[in-house]
This record gives sequence, structure tokens and C-alpha cells, in this order.
Amino acid sequence: MSAVEDTPTTKHVGRSLRRKEDPRLITGRSRYTDDIVLPGTLYVAFVRSPEARARIVSIDKSAAEARDDVVAVFTGEDMDAGGPMPTAWVPPGVTVNTPEHWPIAKGTVNHVGDPVAAVVGHDRYAVIDAAEDVLVEYDPLPVVMDLEEALKDEVVIHESLGTNKSHEWSLGGGDLEAGFAEADVIVERRIVNHRISGAAIEPRAVLAEDRAGSLTIWSSTQVPHFLRNIIAALLGLSADRVRAIAPEVGGGFGSKLQIYGEEIFCAWATRKLGHPIKWVATRSDDMATMHHGRDQVAYVRMGAKRDGKVTAFHTKIIADLGAYHLLLTPSIPSFGGFVMSGVYTFPAVQTDVIGVLTNKFPTDAIRGAGRPEATHMIEVTMDQMAHELGMDPLEIRRRNFIPPHNEPHETAIGVMYDSGNHEGTLDKLMEHVDVAGFRAEQERLRSEGVYRGIGFCTYTEVCGVAPTRVFGPGGFGVQGGGWESGMVRVNTNGSVTVYTGSSPHGQGHETGFAQIVADRLGVDPQQVEVIHGDTATGPEGLDTYGSRTLAVGGEAVARATEKVVNKAKAIVAHQLEAAAEDIEVRDGKFQVKGSPDKARTLAEVAGEAYIPLNLPEGMEPGLEETAFYDPENFVFPFGAHACFVDVDPDTGKVKVVRYVAVDDCGPAINPLLIDGQVHGGIAQSIGQALYEQVVYDADGQLVTGTFVDYALPTANEIPTFETDRTETPSPTNTLGVKGVGEAGTIAATAAVTNAVIDALRPLGVSFIDMPLTPMRIWQAIHTAAGPAATEQGKAVGEHGQGSSGSGPASPTEGGAQ
Amino acid sequence: MIPPEFDYTVPESLDDALKALAEGGEDAKVLAGGHSLLPLMKLRLAAPTLLVDLRKVPGLRGAERANGGWRIGAMTRHADLQVNGDLGIVARAASQIADQQVRNRGTIGGSIAHGDPASDLPTVLLTLDGTVTLMGAGGQSREVAAGDMFEDYLTTAVGPTEILTEIHLPSMDGWGYGYEKFNRRAEDWAMVGVVALVKKAADGSCEDVRIGLTHMGSTPLRASATEAALRGGGLDAQSIASAAEHAADGTDPPGDLNATPDYKRHLAQVLTRRALEQAAGVSS
Repeated sequence: MSAVEDTPTTKHVGRSLRRKEDPRLITGRSRYTDDIVLPGTLYVAFVRSPEARARIVSIDKSAAEARDDVVAVFTGEDMDAGGPMPTAWVPPGVTVNTPEHWPIAKGTVNHVGDPVAAVVGHDRYAVIDAAEDVLVEYDPLPVVMDLEEALKDEVVIHESLGTNKSHEWSLGGGDLEAGFAEADVIVERRIVNHRISGAAIEPRAVLAEDRAGSLTIWSSTQVPHFLRNIIAALLGLSADRVRAIAPEVGGGFGSKLQIYGEEIFCAWATRKLGHPIKWVATRSDDMATMHHGRDQVAYVRMGAKRDGKVTAFHTKIIADLGAYHLLLTPSIPSFGGFVMSGVYTFPAVQTDVIGVLTNKFPTDAIRGAGRPEATHMIEVTMDQMAHELGMDPLEIRRRNFIPPHNEPHETAIGVMYDSGNHEGTLDKLMEHVDVAGFRAEQERLRSEGVYRGIGFCTYTEVCGVAPTRVFGPGGFGVQGGGWESGMVRVNTNGSVTVYTGSSPHGQGHETGFAQIVADRLGVDPQQVEVIHGDTATGPEGLDTYGSRTLAVGGEAVARATEKVVNKAKAIVAHQLEAAAEDIEVRDGKFQVKGSPDKARTLAEVAGEAYIPLNLPEGMEPGLEETAFYDPENFVFPFGAHACFVDVDPDTGKVKVVRYVAVDDCGPAINPLLIDGQVHGGIAQSIGQALYEQVVYDADGQLVTGTFVDYALPTANEIPTFETDRTETPSPTNTLGVKGVGEAGTIAATAAVTNAVIDALRPLGVSFIDMPLTPMRIWQAIHTAAGPAATEQGKAVGEHGQGSSGSGPASPTEGGAQ
Repeated sequence: MIPPEFDYTVPESLDDALKALAEGGEDAKVLAGGHSLLPLMKLRLAAPTLLVDLRKVPGLRGAERANGGWRIGAMTRHADLQVNGDLGIVARAASQIADQQVRNRGTIGGSIAHGDPASDLPTVLLTLDGTVTLMGAGGQSREVAAGDMFEDYLTTAVGPTEILTEIHLPSMDGWGYGYEKFNRRAEDWAMVGVVALVKKAADGSCEDVRIGLTHMGSTPLRASATEAALRGGGLDAQSIASAAEHAADGTDPPGDLNATPDYKRHLAQVLTRRALEQAAGVSS
């Protein structure tokens, strides 16, 4: 829907400008970590455990060390600094059992791929051969792979903890008991949200160099500032002697919001050996040892009155955290708890989280991080409830929507939604979707053997991470701030260089930020360069994650720009003998209101600022300002999505035939960038719903170690998206913007799942879990058609559980609970 | 994803290629398009010490009519086959192999010599009752019938010092054909695939029929029971549907991440019905 705009104008915010960064990216002229070559570099290959859990009996390095091309072989015991690995966010107020975790294992391994040794040598290929010469004797130990089995503690993975339970955490508000007591119908479901990979196209890559007492690390990371701080802490260095650089980064999706042991090893080894150290992951490395996402089983319970008003919503989430806690691992399931009210006025909501350790790779933030899980639970359950009530799935949503609000709305759990108009996005969606027409067509197609379904999701999420007072120490417990910085430098020639402390990695912020700055300074966005991803340039920063870059980093840049504008106005006013408040930026110039002939270009102002012969009394030379911005609140984007699927009942195969998304992320800075994020987010979420799953077998072996088995969808499997927007400004920041990087991912699994269930209901399937693979759907159809379903007189799906109340499928059948 | 060290040679004649292969010892391997072998090497599941690349050997590429059938050079790329409509089912099956990048490199000879039961072209060869020519060291050649070619999973009749040079297929002019390949993503290997060829008699009945199954066992298979049920009978939707119910008879398909044996047998029935409907030009 966003046609590219190339026509000249002086207002750039709101235009679908092509991405400034794309020419260098699509012509292969940019520079990723592995493109950086330093003289004398040594390469690393890690020896990784083939066992999911074992005691390391012995490690024989001699054969590898004897090779000419090997410089050194290190085990965990050899690393005299660099650990244990830290966790930066644990849920506050509860006891959290965190197992000890080292960059290279010490004594035991706890998942397949756990590093047990590192081989360093002159040739990047030879070290991989040499790694096979390191002989490790393992004493295999029993594994725990199922999260509910793990809770029984029959086998305890980390003996020092005495339990596999990491922690329990709850967030609730309202009177849950009263809510369920007054409900006419209660729906209970067990909802599985399976394990997925971030699968960024650029695998991880690290290059570390220690030179003259300063350590520089290049890494394909979302979080160079975190990386710098944690390397300094783990290696006992002063943070000012460590520089972290995220050069071009080929996608992150949360999986590079992490500090990996491989990064710490390279930083340690360059100091040990006095050579630059490089490690580049293979795809197999990344599939096995880059953090995964989701992997939860949720027991949801929703009560409602017969008129569709929900009275209570309770979820118990059991979250598989994997073998260790990485940077944010234990808190990811809790993040969903903050939006467990969805877009509704539920009077009582409670989320209980139980974190469990297993012998899989750890989970952590993957695009959405807790909020896709929450949204899936809410929106699938809303559809299940609508069916129990015999109510249209959109009608039940309308009866529970939070009314339109421009000021913060407090949910039952005390979270303040900044602004919202949920009915508005659904109304907009209905301009594109003719539900009545669809139902007629659905009926007709069914007679031809085509089972078409429609599914909806009306969602909100919490992003713009984050207000420090809410999120940081004393709040939700993140060990750090939530602010962001921006620095705007008008160069002597009138061009502009912007430094942001955020660290975008493919989203297009160089273009969006340039538009914000260009409008305020009266220049073309092409004259604005945006620099990011280097801790040694620009002010302090806090990197990119949680859809924060525009809403927090962009706001900081806007505020720094306003400071520059004010200084420029003062200079122009002084020189034109006008009052500063009478100067406006118009048609690319700073001019006196009503007198276009009395004007200065930004280049002229810069000339005066840097040759300070005629500045106002006491004004410093130069034209450069910095702003730090710590938001007062989060932002809460929202929207309404509709998915149309065809299910082949003979084979179980699902095809998404149409997808319509209406999203509201406040006033658009660049609609093309929004569409890019929404498209990618939905594609990733369709991927989870229909195709992708990280699978371990019962012995802890990773079955999906390559892209052959980990089924990322391609263009063949993804429909053309139809997108539209409403624009409800956020009162949180002056731009009015909300984040949009995760919105599509948060919304789409529920829309797809609800559509598939809608298609399958005539075949007796009323509930099914993701991933909706052909075989699982075929099995669900057959289970539903089987004798069990007939005996019960009620068709249920593979994991379907009927309503726990005796509420009938249709209110006209009577017999309320 | 990085292979162990290996040697590599690019001979410019078939004789030199055969010689290099013979001298290379038991771990020398022929490299055709490389789209099966190289991934196995990168995963370190295969570790040949020498690759003998056939790309410069003359006369191995192209498809031509010969002796009332087709002679197809072993180095003919899938991309060459997919655009040659005269090849009928061969072109159709080739057009659905993986993705276009793979089809631009992968070869028919490589696919058949590799003998992956999940691949498209081995089943086509078996269904067409074709033959292959194998050249041995010293220049002697032998013809191997499709039925003798596929011995087990990734195991074919091609000897360690032999090179598959040609594929011979009968002309199937006048036969209708259908191809059904079921996978999760368009570029994936077949979970199950079905090749169907039908020759109609003047009265519309089934004069002859051939049905091949992909990934229903450790080698490509024929759906003999369905063939027998149809041969000489009607080709209406009902006859096809009842015959297709026997498509998986006698098979013992391997289960994997995406499909249990039961589901595969079910798919074989559904896909056989659909492929036969295409081949016979009837709709259900």
C-alpha cells in the first residue's frame, strides 16, 4: 500500500522514501564482521558436545596441539577469566535458580553443542579439521527433554540447584475467583507454543583484537554496548578500554540480543595469544547454539457471561528455559504477562509462570519475546470462547474492547496502555474484508472439496523499551537503564551526521531517522548520515531490541535536533536582527516569519557557527547537540489482522491465500519501512504457525540442525500482504510513534491458527496446536472423524479439550452452566 | 558446513575421467552438478579424497531422440530438461526439483547415480522402464535397466570406477502423464511423489499404465497393485479412485520428521489418484 515517493518536497516525515542504506547492501558493498580482515588473525573452531548431558571424563588435546597449523587448544579449565556468563534480567521479587554457565564447559555438558574446547590456528579450515582431533571422553547422564517431565525432578540436571524448576512468578489484578464464579461459560485449553529459531541470514561472527592495552571486538550483534560492558566485567577490564562494534549486521530477530560465550572466548583469547581472533559460525552452529524462542505450554482458563463479556482470564505458563539462563532467559515468559489483558477490559487477569530447565539450548528473546505467546493464548482462546457461546468471533471482541483512549488506560494488572483505538483498527480491517461474502464463498468452496477458513487477531503489545523507573533495578529488574541517546552534528558544509546509541541491523532506521532530522533542519534526507553500532563513536547508548529504536532512539534524535534548531534559530535571529521565536524553518531555510527574503540556509548557519565571528554574546561555537531520553511509559502499538487459509482435507496441507493487516503504530515516519517490518513480522509468524519448529529427540539430539529440516518458509509459501493503518498518536513521546518491529510476529500466529480451525470445524476439529503441519492436520481430521469423537457426540481436535463447563456449542441449545 | 580437505581434477575427456577415477582409489567420487554430494561433504557425511569433475567432458550434455526413444546425456542439467516440452513427464518432474538455482546446476545423471529415494528423476526412470549406460575403466560399457539400477538407499548399480554417461528412455508419445509431488515447501524433497503414465485405448479404457512412487521405500518403487487394477479396465474417476487405494500396497516407507509411515501410505493413495486423474484427463 505504500507507493515509493520520489518527488521533491521539503517535508519528508510520512513519505515512503526508499531506504538510504539499500544501495550498499544490495550491491554487496557493505561490510559485515567476516569481511573485516586483520593481519595475523587466528581462527577458532569449537569442539562441541555430541551428548545432551554428560560428565566430561577427559579431554585429550595432544593430537590437535601437535598439528602444525594449530596454535593452541583451550578447555574451560584453561580459561583463567571470562565467566561465569551473566544474566541481566531476572524476574524481581522471586527466587530464581540460575545454573552456572561458562563460555567453555567445565566438568559437565548440558546440551548438544555445549563447547568443551576451542582450537585456535592459522587457517579457518584447518582448525575445523583439528577440532576433530580433540578426543573427549564423556560419561553420559540421563537427560530431561520434556518440560512437564522436568518439573517432576526425577532427574535433576544441575545437581547444585537440587531442582529443575528455575522459578515461579505471578502477575495479576482484579478478583479472579469472583470473575470465574460469575461466568456462565468457562473455557479451558492447553496451548503449546513450540520452540523456534531466529534464523538470521548472517550467522554469528566475532573478531577480537587486543592492541596496546585496548580491546576491540567486532561482532554480528544487536547490542554492542551490552557486549562492551559484559566483556569488561568478565575479563576485569575498564570499560573505556573496550570498544565494541556492530558493523553491518545481517538480521537479528532477537537472537543477537545476546552475549554469547564465543564472543567472550575471542575477547579472552586475543589477550592471551596477542593475535586478532576470529570465529564465524556455520549455519549448523547457529541452529544448535544460538538462542531459541518460545517453547511454552500454557494452561489457559477464560470465563465469560453469556453476552460475551469476559469475566476472568487465567494462564499458567510452563516455560522451557533450556539448559542455562542466558542474558534475559528467565524473564521472557513474564514479558507476555504485561499484556495478558490483550485489547480488552477483562476485569480480572492473572499470569503464573513456571520456568523449567531442560537439556536443550536456552530460550531467550526472539522477535516478540513473550508477547506473541500471550497474544496467541488470548486470541485463540477468544475464538474458542466465541464458539462456545455461539457468538461471532468479531462480536465477542467488540463486546470486550477497551474504548478508544488518547490518554493512558489502566488494565486490570495495572499496566498503563498509552493510547488505543481497537474498534477503529477492526473497523478499518472490515473495509477490506467482507465477512458475510466470505461465509457464502466458504460454503460454496466446501461443496467443491476446498476447506477455506478465516481467522482474526486483534492485538496490542508493549514496546519502546523502556522507562528505566519501571523496567530497571527496583522495577522489573533489568540491570540497566532504558533510555537512549541521540547526537546531531551539523557539519561545516551544512550536511548532518546523526549518532544514535541504538544499533539497528536491517530495519531501515538510517532512512527513518534522516527523515525526522531533515524536516526539522530544512535539509534533504540524503544529506543526513546516521551512524550507529560503535561504542567509541557518539554518546552512550543501549542498543536495539524490543521495538525501541524509533520510539526511544528516534525520540532522542528528535530532541537533539530540536536543540540544534534552537541554536540555529538564535544565530539567524542575531544576524537578521529578529527575535528567535520569529524564525521558522520553511522551504529548506531558516527564515523570518512572513519575510522569505530574510533567510539563511543550514549551510550558511553552519558557516557562522564554525567561524564564530558573529554569534550572539556568550554562545559557544559549533552546531552539535546531544539528547538523552528516558521515556515516561512504554508504547503500545495495536492492530487487527485477518488471515484466509485453504486446507486440503485429503493431505492436511494449509495454504495462506490472503492476509490483511491493519496496524497502528502512531503517525508514520515512513510507511514503506512500516510495511517492511509488518511484512517480515507476519512472514516470520506464518513460519512459526505452519512450518518452523526446532525439534530435539528424546535423547536430546537436535533433529532440525539445518535449513533442510528447519523449514523456513520462502516466497512460495508466503502470500502477498495487504496492509493498512490507523494512526493513534502515543502520548509517550513527541513524535507520537509506537514501535512496529515485532507487531506482525505478535499478531499472526493466532490469526493463522484461528483461520485453520475455522476451516476445519466442519470436519470436527475444534482446536489444534501449532505447528500446523500437513501431518498434524491430517491426524487431527482423522482423530475427529474417529470412533471416540462419535461416541462423545462432540468432535474435538488433536489436543482439544471441550469446555470445562457444560456450556453448549450454541446458546439456543440451552442448558447454561 | 566446511568439508574436509580433498583433491580435485577436471579431466577433458571421458577416458581421462575414467582413468582419474580408477587411479583415485576407493574414496574418489565423480562430481556432476554437486547439489547432492557437496552438501553431504559440507556436513561431513561424505569425505571423498578426490573429486573428478565431469563438466569439461565433451558429449555428456543434451537430450535427443534416438532409436525411437530418447538419449539424454548424464550431464544434462535439470534446467535443460524442464524447458523441453517434448520430454513430457521428464520435463514436468525436472521443473519441480528443488529451486531454479539447484536446477541450473543439478544433472539427471548425478541425480540417478546418487539414488536418493526422495529425488524426482530416479522414479521417472523407473516408471518409464529406461536404461542407463555405465562406462568402466578401460572403456567397456554396460547397459543397466532401471529396475536393476536402484539397489538400496543411496546405493545404485554404478560401480566405484564407473561413470554414468547416458540415460535412455522410451518415447512415451501418446501416453498421458501426471506428476504429484507433496512437500511442505516448494523446494523440499518429496515427502511422497507419484509419477503416473496412462495409455488410453481407442474406447477410452486403460490400455497400459505405469505408476512410480518416490520416497515410499529405500529405492523408487512401482505401484504394481494399482497398475494391475487399472490395466485393461475403465479410466473413470471411480475406477481410478478404487485402484489408487492400492498405491501403498506392499510398501514399507521410512518415517521421518514430517511424516509417519501411515501418513506416507495415505499420501501415496491420494497422490496416486490425483496423478492418475491428470494422466487420464479426468476430474474427480
